[in-house]
Amino acid sequence: MIAALALCLAAAQHPTQILVWGGDAEGGAPFVEADPADPSRVRGFDVEVADRIARGLGRSRAQFLQVQWSSIDQSVERGDFAIGLSGVEDTPARRARHAVTLPYFEFREVLAVRPEDASRIHSLTDMRGRRVATLGSTIAYDMLLGARDSTGLIAISYDDDVHPYSDLVAGRVDAVLLDHIIAQRALRRRGGSGFVILAQPVAIGHYVGVLAEANAALRDSIDLVLREAMRDGSLEQIFRRWNVWDDSQGTFFERTLREPRTAATAVTAATAGGAWLSYLPSLTRAAAITLLVSILSMALAVMLGLALASGRVYGRAVLRIATTLYIEIVRGTPLLLQLFVIYYGLAGVVRLPAFLAAVLALGLNYAAYEAEIYRGALEAVPGIQLEAGRTLGFSEFQILRLIRGPQALRYALAPMTNDFVALLKDSALVSVITVVELTKQTAIYATNIGSWVVPGALCAVVYLAMSLPLSRLARRLERRWRAP
Amino acid sequence: MNALLQIDQLSVRYDGREVLRALSLEVARGELVALMGPSGVGKTTALRAVAALQPFDGGRIVVDGFALEPGPVPPEARLAPLRRRVGFVFQAHALFEHLTALDNVTLALRHVLGKTRAAADAVATTLLTELDVGARASAWPRQLSGGEAQRVAIARALAPDPPLLLMDEPTAALDPARRSVLGATLRRLCQQGRGLLVSTHDAEFARAHADRVMTLTA
Repeated sequence: MIAALALCLAAAQHPTQILVWGGDAEGGAPFVEADPADPSRVRGFDVEVADRIARGLGRSRAQFLQVQWSSIDQSVERGDFAIGLSGVEDTPARRARHAVTLPYFEFREVLAVRPEDASRIHSLTDMRGRRVATLGSTIAYDMLLGARDSTGLIAISYDDDVHPYSDLVAGRVDAVLLDHIIAQRALRRRGGSGFVILAQPVAIGHYVGVLAEANAALRDSIDLVLREAMRDGSLEQIFRRWNVWDDSQGTFFERTLREPRTAATAVTAATAGGAWLSYLPSLTRAAAITLLVSILSMALAVMLGLALASGRVYGRAVLRIATTLYIEIVRGTPLLLQLFVIYYGLAGVVRLPAFLAAVLALGLNYAAYEAEIYRGALEAVPGIQLEAGRTLGFSEFQILRLIRGPQALRYALAPMTNDFVALLKDSALVSVITVVELTKQTAIYATNIGSWVVPGALCAVVYLAMSLPLSRLARRLERRWRAP
Repeated sequence: MNALLQIDQLSVRYDGREVLRALSLEVARGELVALMGPSGVGKTTALRAVAALQPFDGGRIVVDGFALEPGPVPPEARLAPLRRRVGFVFQAHALFEHLTALDNVTLALRHVLGKTRAAADAVATTLLTELDVGARASAWPRQLSGGEAQRVAIARALAPDPPLLLMDEPTAALDPARRSVLGATLRRLCQQGRGLLVSTHDAEFARAHADRVMTLTA
């Protein structure tokens, strides 16, 4: 332990010896992936680029730090690592807010479509009324949003670059717009079938390294290293090793080396002040989706919850065991897992639209909690009142409808309202299955402007505006039915 | 036999323990019978068996021609004739907490007997007034005193007009003055031709108001 402590101290005293770089191994090969031979290590062309940069800077080695891809910019500004590399795209917004390196790889944004559509679809303009998927917070997503109004396509954002292609094959989306190396990798994974990649690129983009704005001096040194690596062929070797080298890269390198400095720095950024106003419509739309998903799921949860609770309270042994099993399984597993299973897991059996899958997953999940509330409420009505009902000649159903139910409802209303407030917030999870609700929209907004302060505050205000009145209602109901 | 209630050799066991052994008694129309004995001797059990709220193991119960046999309690649908014949006033009153005093009384009139709201209200109001709680018709159960709640519970049990009324420990929470008012009320019910079977600890009350006293021993 002492040795480990000494090692840490030594590392802290010479922080410049190691180049710490951030990337997302979930993005996978050929960028960064866990090494199958030793999963504690990473491999990929970005790993080797980082090593080459570290060597060029005279550092002892490059050390990888895992960070979520969409958070690389924020994380590098926080100082979590010196440089972010992981298929990080060169965009005007990124250049305006961070120190960005020389582009080191040129990629093509390509459309992938199902084979039967290949003769009909040639560009985004052929996508009117069709669903086009891509990774959120990317140039491709911005392009789709930009093309939405002019072409009438429907942009679908994913959190990963695997499911857009599986959903394309499954027919959930009609095309995928992404970097050509991602498309080629997806095609290889499917054994070369299921979809085709259109030859004509929709746009050209570049991968860069991103550093904190204050770290421009290090960026300039890294640029020199990258130029050197282009010149001495080491970068070409890396890309060849990972099978992503083609003639266009050579042309791109030549062009880059001819230019004295990178030209992209002149691009203007969106004006920061007043920018949030332009996000208001999409935030409002996302808030409406949050509310709609929540209300529909709650309605489902209430109906199914009532059925489950009745099964537990009135059912025969088999029904009691079945309902108890459902409740325990649903409450004992993460909602996130249930969302994935219903949307992706069941895709082979029934291909649910994302919105419906979201409502189903939330509704089925909350039904288990509602059922327990209703069971508790039903059992809280004194048994002697039920006997009094029997002596008066009521049937069991009348006792439930006229005596037990109305009193149980009073016990259940306040906890139900609290559950609805919780559901409102849990609905943020459905963004993992491509439903862009309030939190997801806020994250997109925050990524675009490079700050969480205004988007976070706006988002919080909207959630509070929805949940506070409900919490108040719950308290009022509780007070009203406790008295007189 | 002209008895309204006939209990013949009734026996009840709980977990193998005999709670009631060979209880036999009769209640005629217009008669108030007090069932006495120390706690745990089976007074409440006997009343509950007559109201088919629990099964019994031996003997026979006949209420105005409707017979109950040993074994599990029959399904409610088969008990409808019994429900029309027997009213039950619980020791804890068991008023429906979400309904006013008036609605506690009208609920069965409307939903079991199918009376209109107006007709049910008229019957309930008359009963509550007769029992001296007419002014409390719109009160909620938790706003009522113990004596008021008991009288509302009696009104509720009487609303379907059953010939036999069972009462479990009606004097338990009453002061002496209230006890004699209750006694007078019960006598009036007998004069209307009903039979009453009342379980009680209260020997004085039983002597003062019952036609017959039946004492159970452990």
